[in-house]
Amino acid sequence: MVSGKYNRDEKLSTVKLAVVQYGILVMMLALAAGLWHLQVLNVSNFRQLAQQNRIRQVPILAPRGKLFDRYGRLVVDNYPSVSCFLVREQSHNVQADLPLIARGLNLDQDQLRATLHRYRSEPGYRPIPIKQDVTPDEQAFIAAHRNELPELETIAVERRLYPPNGFASHLIGYVGEVSENDLNNPRFAYYQPGDVVGKAGVEETYDELLRGQDGSRDVIVDSHGREVGYFGTQHATPGRDLKLTVDIDIQRAAELALGDREGAIVAMDPRTGEILAMVSHPSFDPNAFAVRINRTEWDKLITDPQHPLMNKAIQAQLAPGSTFKILMSVAGLQEGIAQNLHVFCNGGADFYGHYFHCDRHHGAEDINTAIPDSCDTFFYTLADKLGIDRISQYAKEFGLGEKTGIDLPEEEPGLMPSAEWVLRTYHHKWYAGETISVGIGQGAIEVTPIQLARYIAGVASDGHLVRPHVVFQDQLPAGFRQALLESFPGSGNAYVPIDQQTWITITNAMAQITEPGPFHTASSAHLDGIDLAGKTGTAQVISNATLSHMAKTEQTRPNVWFVGVVPRRNPELVVAVLWMHGDFSYYAARIASRVVAAYVDKQRRLAHNLTPAQAQVPVEVGAVWSAPGASGGGVGEGSGIRGGHFFVTPGAGAGQKIVAQSHPAAQPSRQLKHAPTGPGQLGAVLTALPWKKP
Amino acid sequence: MSQTRHILSFRDFDWTLLLLVLMLCLISLAEVSSTTVHTRFASFETKQMLWIAAGLAGMFLFAKIDYHKLLNWAPWAYGVGLLALAAVLSPLGHKALGGRRWIKLGPVLFQPSEYVKLALILVVARYFANLGARSLTWKEIFKAFALVGIPMLLVIKQPDLGTTLTYTPILVAGLFLGGINLRQSLILLTVGAVLVGGVWSSGKFLKPYQKARLTSFINPQNDPRGAGYQVLQSEIAVGSGGIWGKGAEKGTQTQGYFLPVPYTDFIFAAFCEEHGFVGAILALLLYFFILMRLIQNAQTAADLPGSLLIMGIVAVLTFQIAVNVGMVIGFMPVTGIPLPLMSYGGSSVLFTFLALGAAMNVRMRRFVN
Repeated sequence: MVSGKYNRDEKLSTVKLAVVQYGILVMMLALAAGLWHLQVLNVSNFRQLAQQNRIRQVPILAPRGKLFDRYGRLVVDNYPSVSCFLVREQSHNVQADLPLIARGLNLDQDQLRATLHRYRSEPGYRPIPIKQDVTPDEQAFIAAHRNELPELETIAVERRLYPPNGFASHLIGYVGEVSENDLNNPRFAYYQPGDVVGKAGVEETYDELLRGQDGSRDVIVDSHGREVGYFGTQHATPGRDLKLTVDIDIQRAAELALGDREGAIVAMDPRTGEILAMVSHPSFDPNAFAVRINRTEWDKLITDPQHPLMNKAIQAQLAPGSTFKILMSVAGLQEGIAQNLHVFCNGGADFYGHYFHCDRHHGAEDINTAIPDSCDTFFYTLADKLGIDRISQYAKEFGLGEKTGIDLPEEEPGLMPSAEWVLRTYHHKWYAGETISVGIGQGAIEVTPIQLARYIAGVASDGHLVRPHVVFQDQLPAGFRQALLESFPGSGNAYVPIDQQTWITITNAMAQITEPGPFHTASSAHLDGIDLAGKTGTAQVISNATLSHMAKTEQTRPNVWFVGVVPRRNPELVVAVLWMHGDFSYYAARIASRVVAAYVDKQRRLAHNLTPAQAQVPVEVGAVWSAPGASGGGVGEGSGIRGGHFFVTPGAGAGQKIVAQSHPAAQPSRQLKHAPTGPGQLGAVLTALPWKKP
Repeated sequence: MSQTRHILSFRDFDWTLLLLVLMLCLISLAEVSSTTVHTRFASFETKQMLWIAAGLAGMFLFAKIDYHKLLNWAPWAYGVGLLALAAVLSPLGHKALGGRRWIKLGPVLFQPSEYVKLALILVVARYFANLGARSLTWKEIFKAFALVGIPMLLVIKQPDLGTTLTYTPILVAGLFLGGINLRQSLILLTVGAVLVGGVWSSGKFLKPYQKARLTSFINPQNDPRGAGYQVLQSEIAVGSGGIWGKGAEKGTQTQGYFLPVPYTDFIFAAFCEEHGFVGAILALLLYFFILMRLIQNAQTAADLPGSLLIMGIVAVLTFQIAVNVGMVIGFMPVTGIPLPLMSYGGSSVLFTFLALGAAMNVRMRRFVN
């Protein structure tokens, strides 16, 4: 019935069918073009995406190179620790999990959010470090929440272990997580967010060698993050160990000698420029920085008026005071003026209508007595005769007001004024009166302790100046050594010819300083049987005129210096001491004499084939982890080294604490809580004094 | 008429078309096997093979029955279909995967929306054939709209956006071939655009996830964890296949479960990943030949209802291929439309084979009346 209804001649128009056919053809071509675009043109891009999809890199962190002292004793070690990472792609809603994570890992929720925010542009498979030093409790939390929080992962890492109490902290520096600002810096081009980098001291300068190369274990995962296979391992290359030029014994003697005074000590071998000790107080605990220091502790550090983070040995730019007179003497003798200069000191002298004070009435002075007496009147006269141009010329040759080129970051240049400098900076001519102040190391002149050590050692070494350094250079790859020299420009190694007579006159006069004598400025620092020569310096921080009508406080006291060499000519040790607001320069000399004594004592014992005492075994090493709240050695409560004790007396409170610690190297700061303090440890205290017969 | 039936022979059956179809079925079986072999769905290819066998049987059965008879039954089939769709929405319906789309008939789950597709093709073909090859009046156009619109409303309630959309090409093809003129189509397009805009912005008819799925293909990177995830993973699968593919069972996207449902909706992505551009073009060519062959059959059909019937099938198949492959390569939104003859799934296989059976039917009777 149906078939009859339809007319066989009634057909679909072939035009319409052709339209449909062409439509299908166009569609097919479009799909083929789409496939071509994806599979042929962009194949490498999508292959990479597919790889990223399924390959997850579990980082293998390279252990950082250790630091040893010049005798191969461990200074900075690593210790195994557990870190917690968060892998965003393993959870569907990380943000919702954050409160639980923060609670379980004892983290601040906002800080956690901020951490994640910093990594927002990283791919989702990249693990984000959220917590270091995970405690057993927190590890249990992570294990118990495997299903609820699949994004959490733990990994064993090696963390930095610095000596406690800020021992050599400025020289060593510290490590921290690379900051977002650093990442934009070309120097940090190779780093990724979350990497740990050296941020100060040797850790920063030698970061490239110390850090090694992180490896990774590449595992194949499915879309649920389950490990379904293993792709390969890129092994980590451990960082290179470095040998410091520092001698732990001298460093410890210097730390103890400076105590809790604000200042710095540099001890250097003038023959090579090897730094034997470098101390800057107050110090900080570098352990607190690895990997991230908490906010309050950081604020405390940067708001402290004594600038604990500043390495005063290379960054404090201060007037050298009378230590500058050695340079004046060199200039005076070389120019043939000082030899025949005789001055009668009557407590000062008039120059250009202004009366310049001397602190004593020294009477008749010549170059041989003016140095040990530190007679200002003599050097005012000498400065007047030399003139600023010649003074600044000599100062420049001896590297004052210039970086030394030491292999530590952020060295300051100081300032050596000259006529040309005044014209450039203040646009007026040099006033001859200013020369008089410069003659005693006052006025605009600014130097750093390391500059003073280098220049006085250079004078005592007959004009041979060295580039100070804290790491033995022969252990460095040649390319790195060259790059180091270029990135730390400075006065470096130099030779300034000095007449032999000049040399002998000045060194003899410097040796007189520590000999008994009515006006000798450092006779109380005399060491029997040790040829300690040097120069004191007292640099006012406020002019006498201002000081006369203001209250005297600790801050108005002058900074005091002492730079000493042993022996007087061709010395093997130079010690520069800065005590800020120390008031009397013989204090500085006494501090220096303690370092010198420790050095000479050690050399003599070595020469007589006496072996050093063994390091004390640290007490309760295992207890490190059991007292997480303890924060001994924190910056705020001082370094644990108390002042006022020039001689370590057994049982004398804090001083004993340090000695009992024996080797300061490689103990976590928390250890301090368990350091022996009772009288039962007295024996240990005594034997821990550096040397004993075998 | 009774004499005509017994002189009918399978010599006139479209063996070429069947060969092309079976080649695609082989590709499908291989790919289903490859995508499920390491999962708990292993041996799905055996089930698929049974469905294909059932489909072939149904196809031959359908080919035997004169399509005029089929067209006569169409209104009944249509009515039963509407009832079934209503039943799905009632408590009789079986709920799974976030939608109420199935009716449980003994051990098998039956998806009425697929069956309705076939009934709709028949009823629309019959409707326009009865109107003859002349211009349509507005009343006739609205009737056609109602015919297709009612089942669409029922299916979108399930909710099954994909199947709903597959009903539209039946209507479009019917109107286009049935005689709509240019003016009418322009007016309809304008009204349609306004309506779509209204539906989209009103927020009443589409659930937010449906909207997200419809738009995320444009910029899948914006939401790689959510709606864009499937598109992105699919593009990665296709793109990383390259020219020659990674080899059977070697697709990392497929085997690592990054690709969603690689044996049904995204089977073409899995195929592209494992067999590359070459394999993909081969499959597209097979589809192209099948469609061209069907259109040729429509041209040679004995009368208008035969042509309209085949063109209805062509419209549905073309639409599904375009939308599915387009989705896989990121041209189209994710709508959950299976790829005919390749995606795993009994209802889809059965529909395709029955539809092809109807088309064979028309071809076998091209000289007969």
